[in-house]
Amino acid sequence: MMRNLFALIAGGLFGAGLLVSGMTNTVKVQGWLDIFGDWDPTLAFVLGGAIIPMAIAWNVAARRARPALGGNFPGKPGSEIDRNLVVGSVLFGMGWGLVGLCPGPAVASISWGGLGGLVFLVAMILGMLLAPALRQRMDNMALALR
Amino acid sequence: MEMDWIWGLVGGLMIGSAAAMFLLVNGRIMGASGIVGGLVDRSGWGTWPERLAFVAGLIAVPALMRPLYNVEVSTNITDNLVIIVAAGLLVGIGSRVANGCTSGHGVCGISRFSLRGIGATVFYLLAGGIGVVVFRHLLGVI
Repeated sequence: MMRNLFALIAGGLFGAGLLVSGMTNTVKVQGWLDIFGDWDPTLAFVLGGAIIPMAIAWNVAARRARPALGGNFPGKPGSEIDRNLVVGSVLFGMGWGLVGLCPGPAVASISWGGLGGLVFLVAMILGMLLAPALRQRMDNMALALR
Repeated sequence: MEMDWIWGLVGGLMIGSAAAMFLLVNGRIMGASGIVGGLVDRSGWGTWPERLAFVAGLIAVPALMRPLYNVEVSTNITDNLVIIVAAGLLVGIGSRVANGCTSGHGVCGISRFSLRGIGATVFYLLAGGIGVVVFRHLLGVI
């Protein structure tokens, strides 16, 4: 029960931060990516601002055995920049640039993002369901080329 | 507006605090595509109540906050449904194949100096930037 309560609070604070920072506004996101247009630096402040508390949290976590509600902390991250990471990030970045929405803001704006927002979400969910097939296909291609 | 960067910083600190709490209290990485994707493809079905609670907060709080603004808050999303569908598919496939998006790789990965998080961020920023340049300035479709 407590886990769900704190997940609810974390999700709420995340959503509030996305709204306050302007990241639910596709114009601001595309404005950051558009270095040849009317460049908008806001996103750098959002990412920078978000990294500060999280860097502190990783330091605190390193000195603790367990999270407050038990269980384990996430394991060490892998260090390999593999094919899935590169191909996935490039595809994700292209979609992000096209419309200016990434998964967090797309969900956060579900109640007021209009028809366009809902269509984006449905397409995103469909894409998530297609992802394992693309991973499999890339693995098969890599095997065939070996 | 000139004040936007301050709100960006304030909102960013809120996003980072949410991620910090989720790590220290629940022991989880706050990655939107991972939390949602685990529900969608059922790979995270074992922790569905926690995931659903997170999504509920993520939807409810902005919905409740929006009327507090005295100017209309909008996503300003394009009207072009073909572009929206293409972008949604790319974001969904890409974030799951890469195992993370702006929140997971960006916020949670960079802050622990994860090579994968930093690498993913470089690639999606480059792809997004090139995408905007190509589709806006060369092709004029967005």
